[in-house]
This record gives sequence, C-alpha cells and structure tokens, in this order.
Amino acid sequence: MIWNETKECMSRDEIMTLQSARLVKTVDRVYHNVPFYRKKMQALGLEVGDIRGIEDIEKLPFTTKADLRDNYPFGLFAVPQSEIVRVHASSGTTGKATVVGYTRRDLEIWSECVARAFTMAGVKRDDIIQVAYGYGLFTGGLGAHGGAEKLGATVVPMSTGNTKKLTTMMMDFGVTAIACTPSYLLHIAETLEENGDIDNIKLKCAICGAEPWTENMRLQIEDKLHINAHDIYGLSEIMGPGVACDCKYHKGLHVYEDHFLPEIVDSATGKGVAAGETGELVFTTLTKEGIPLIRYNTRDLTSIDYSPCECGRTLARISRFKGRSDDMLIIRGVNVFPSQIEAALLEMGEATPHYLMIVDRINNLDTLEVQVEVDEKFFSDQIKELEQLTKKIASVIQQAIGLAVKVKLVEPKTLERSMGKAVHVIDKRKLV
Amino acid sequence: MFLKQLSVFIENREGRLEEVLDVLKKENVNIVSMSLADTSDYGLLRLLVDKPEAGKKALRENGFSAMLTDVLGIRLAHRVGQLQELLEVICKSNINIEYMYALSTGSDDASIVIKTSDLEKAAEVLKETDVELVEAKELQA
Repeated sequence: MIWNETKECMSRDEIMTLQSARLVKTVDRVYHNVPFYRKKMQALGLEVGDIRGIEDIEKLPFTTKADLRDNYPFGLFAVPQSEIVRVHASSGTTGKATVVGYTRRDLEIWSECVARAFTMAGVKRDDIIQVAYGYGLFTGGLGAHGGAEKLGATVVPMSTGNTKKLTTMMMDFGVTAIACTPSYLLHIAETLEENGDIDNIKLKCAICGAEPWTENMRLQIEDKLHINAHDIYGLSEIMGPGVACDCKYHKGLHVYEDHFLPEIVDSATGKGVAAGETGELVFTTLTKEGIPLIRYNTRDLTSIDYSPCECGRTLARISRFKGRSDDMLIIRGVNVFPSQIEAALLEMGEATPHYLMIVDRINNLDTLEVQVEVDEKFFSDQIKELEQLTKKIASVIQQAIGLAVKVKLVEPKTLERSMGKAVHVIDKRKLV
Repeated sequence: MFLKQLSVFIENREGRLEEVLDVLKKENVNIVSMSLADTSDYGLLRLLVDKPEAGKKALRENGFSAMLTDVLGIRLAHRVGQLQELLEVICKSNINIEYMYALSTGSDDASIVIKTSDLEKAAEVLKETDVELVEAKELQA
C-alpha cells in the first residue's frame, strides 16, 4: 500500500518541477528571514533571483553542524518564536546541543512523512504499534509517535528502558508493529527467545533506525522474529525519522523528495557526483518553516538511484549507509563526538588526561567504556579517592553526552598512539 | 618521624607487578615491606623501600604513576592485644585509619605501617603510649 500515491509516484519531471518551485520559495524565505543565510548569499554575490530551479542548487552555500552550533539556540529559525510549537535537540560536536524548531505545519508534514514510511513497512490503521524510541528531546520517540497516530494505528508509547514491560505488553496487547533501534529490537528478540515467548507474539513488522546497521542484521531480525524489518532514516536537523525509508523490496531508502532535496557530493571538492557514486549526503529542506536548511551536509556516505522502484514509487533511493565522513559515533541512537568527551574531561580541571573511548555491542546493546590514563595529577595512594575520581569522570561524561559510561583507569602512556597522534576511539561493534 | 611510602598505580593485568619490581631491581632499590590493594580494574602497590626517591624517579621514567606518601611505622611487641590497645588510642582521638599493613624490619617484633586521616595527630597520641615509631634509617640496609 502507498500512503500518498500522488506524491510518491510522480514522474521525474513532475518531481523536479515541484522541487524547483519549492526551492525558489525556500531560498526567498531564508534570504529574507534568516540573517545567516542572507550574509552567506551576499558574500557569494548571490541574489534570490539567481536561483530559478534545482539546476541552480550548486550555486548555494553549504550548511554544517557547526553553523547550527554557532547560531545556538534559535539563530537559524525563519519564523518568529511564537510560530514555533515544539523544539527538539541533539548532541552537538562540543558542549552545546543542536536545537531545531517546528511550526504546526512542520509537525504535520513530519507526521505525513512518517505515515508514508510506516505504510511502506505494511502498518495499517488496525495495527497496534509500540514506539520504543526514547521520548523527549530526541526526535525518535515523538516523531514516530506522530506518524503512527496520523496513520491511525493504535500507538503504545513505550519509550526505552523497560524490556520486560515491553515484551509483556507486546504479548498481552497483541502488538503487530514496533519502531525502535535495530540493536534494541535484537535485544528484545533475544529476551523473548530466552523466555520461550517467541511464538507468543503477533508482531508483523518493525521500522528500525537511528543507528547504522547492515543488511545481515536486518535479515537476522526478520529471521528471529518472523517479521518484515524496514530501515527508516532521518536526522533532527532536517526533520527527524522519516526523511527516507525502504519499501518491501529493500533496494535502498526512498527519500520523500517533495519535502527534501537530496544531493550526493564529493567529500573533498563538494561537487556533485554522478548517480550511483558514493559521496556525502546533502539535504535542502523544501517545505520546512521553522528551520529551513540549505544544503545541509549530513556527513553520511551513500549513493543515490533515481530509477523507479518495483513497488511503484518513483522517489529516489539512497543506498544503505557506507559510513561517515567525520568522527561522529552513534551509540544507542545518540550522536557522540569524541570532542564532547574531551570537553567534559577538561572540566575536571588542569590538563586533559589522555583518554580512549571503546564502543562495543554486548548482548546487542551498545556499550561505551572510557579509559583514562592516571597520571601524577590524578593519582592517589588511596583506593577510595581513585574510586571517587572514576565516579566523577563518569558523571561529567554522562552529563555531557547523556549516556551512561563505564570509566576505567589505566596506567599512563598505555593508550594507543599512532604516528604520534592519540587514537581516541576504538569501535569494536561488529555489524553482523 | 614519618616513613616515605612509594605508591604505584598498576593495571590489573598480567606482568605489570613484575615490571615494577624489575625497574626497582635494576635501580638497586631494596623492598622492605609491601602491600597490594586490588580492584577489578587496577591495583595500588604500596612499598617501603630503602631509597624511596630513587625508586619513584626510576618508576616515573619507566612510565608508571608513582608518588611518595607519608606513613607511620610502629613497632609492636609480640603479644596478644598489643594492636588492639594501640588502635584504641587512635580511635579515641577520632582519627580514621585509611589503610594498614605489616612491616618487617628483620628484628624480632611485629611492626605495622599505618596511614591515617591525620598523621601528625596520630604521631602525637602514639607518643603518649609505650609504642615506638620505626625510623626511616632502619629501612636502609
């Protein structure tokens, strides 16, 4: 089933015409309402009239995560704050969060996009869906929730953290669909297996996202739970979950191109690459009112395919992600930058100790261990004080990134350094 | 009055203790007494040696976190109740014992090493008793 056949099955010409008209309007809006964009365009000698359609997109400047941080909190909003009905926030590269705002219409479009994605996954109005993404500043919970309600399904707003309650309700309510991170779903599957409950559920499909996963992991989930698992993509800067999702043919994720204009650019030159070639995924929002972004570089590496899909949709498909072009990690759905850990450790006073982040996946849940070298400044002859130090470091880091961490003290100069440069991250997660 | 204890941070993994001892051996530092406090991730090695400064320097040069800490060495008679009587004096003065271990000086007694919350005060109250403090020079051969 297709949620919005008019918009999801347009001809390429129709899509491009619609995108061009919406791009011109968006550029006009940001030029007049966002001083940041006006200055950027003026610096390039660009006038609003220079952008006549999507063929002119490369004339426009890129937007980066750093731009959002520099304009923290509301500097890039294009409407008066009274028009903003909700904000969300995600981790920035350093202490400050990246804040985004939504008008009422933005929320409606977001729900529309998520409803399209859930429909792609086979969810219908008579389904019962558990939303097991975190509810709160993170876009996952409320984003999936809005889409499921728009679709008319019965929503169980589980949020995260209580697997026992989740599996109990899954059985008692006869839950047929679930939205959560893929690693959490594997954890749920294993819990059900351990308790011998795997045949007591009525689950049909899952819509998973917010962290990188592989095709093998998707097949593993399908196999364990006897369901269809779909990959949903999104980022708070552009909207949240529901920017793209894969259909039952699983040949890439359909981008809702009537709302988001995708480009794939070369990491080094910033120039567009040919369809099918890998590069950085860049989005321009076409209908966003609260915080429209021009050519926002997601740093996600992928390729794009414009050919029509067997499912009948004509929306371009981006391939499964091949990694990132920066050092951002996604741990339990939370964006983490090594620089955040560094900034947190700086708060400990004196010089920053050497540290190493070890990310692993144990029982399908991501774990983060931070090893810190104990040099003379931190050393004590008493276990009690070393334990207090460990706790303090853990709490400072947890406050900075919003994730529980295990802190381990190690001897000085034992953490890996390659070519004289400290190695700060070891990601042991094997995406099976 | 105080003894200089050499404290060393070691990770709880194979071979680390041996490496500390190897550094000290090469520096010709003699170990008189020691205690090892362990946690799941790391250990704290506390040593009384004949040349604490030289030991600390050599360990740091070899990449270990090492520091010197003041502790009290107390000579006790080999009899039932001696340690209890001593601790009673310390406790009554509201001094907390952070850690304690046995000290072997070679002579026929049962000495101990203690680190307390207030080392100066502990030394003061012990002077009022009949116990004797171990002097730093006794640790040298």
